[in-house]
Amino acid sequence: MTELDTPTRAKRPQFRNINALSDLPRYRLPLAGVVSILHRISGALMFLLLPFIIWMFDMSVSSEISFARFTRAFEGSGGWLLKLVVLALIWAYLHHLIAGLRHLRMDMSHAAVSKESGRRSAAVTLVLSIALTLVLGAKLFALY
Amino acid sequence: MAVNFGTRRIVVGAHYGLRDWLGQRVTAALMAIFTAVVLVQILTTRGELGYARWAGIFATQWMKVLTFIVIVALLYHVWVGIRDIWMDYVKPVAVRLTLQVFSIAWLVGCAGWAVQVLWRL
Repeated sequence: MTELDTPTRAKRPQFRNINALSDLPRYRLPLAGVVSILHRISGALMFLLLPFIIWMFDMSVSSEISFARFTRAFEGSGGWLLKLVVLALIWAYLHHLIAGLRHLRMDMSHAAVSKESGRRSAAVTLVLSIALTLVLGAKLFALY
Repeated sequence: MAVNFGTRRIVVGAHYGLRDWLGQRVTAALMAIFTAVVLVQILTTRGELGYARWAGIFATQWMKVLTFIVIVALLYHVWVGIRDIWMDYVKPVAVRLTLQVFSIAWLVGCAGWAVQVLWRL
């Protein structure tokens, strides 16, 4: 948004529609773009599940009895759904944290904001966050 | 030189504002450190992490204070992020204002609940 220099300048074309269904899905998002939108999505996901997170904290920390109920909830009939939600939260937190650290690095290093460096750090972010999610997820689903 | 001060100051647009930009970074760094602190405590427990050890982590006064600071930091960090999301995608002012109010209420409620849980220990 800028103020006009001269009142007789031609009006700039305005693009109002984002063509969400026709054009958006056909753009090729660079790797850094994928990390970026996932950073936003992971943040929003944690925002929406925040009461659930606090509920888990409450259950786990308030008393021996509530702790036992908390751990049993993961074994019961709806346990798999609970584990899936927790897995999503694990991914969201890991991605958000690692992408966030990438942001901090880009804030502090001039070399980190080149196109190639951005692509590489984005790849590291995705690999690291997904790998750690799998490791912790396997523990969650008692695979080891 | 651009005319961008006083009444001609531009006060709209996503990600506007040094305070919020810096605040998000500072709170992020603080929460990253807190994550490390909690992780270290979890990973250095010998044996199974049962209720006693888990609740014990959050029972010490210094840990309660640190967690409280982190809850407040999280409140601000999340607010800036969510406000940015509404600002990017919701153009009608009345709708955006309503969403912002609900977001703040949501966050303050969560913060209050978390503090309550923490001080019940």
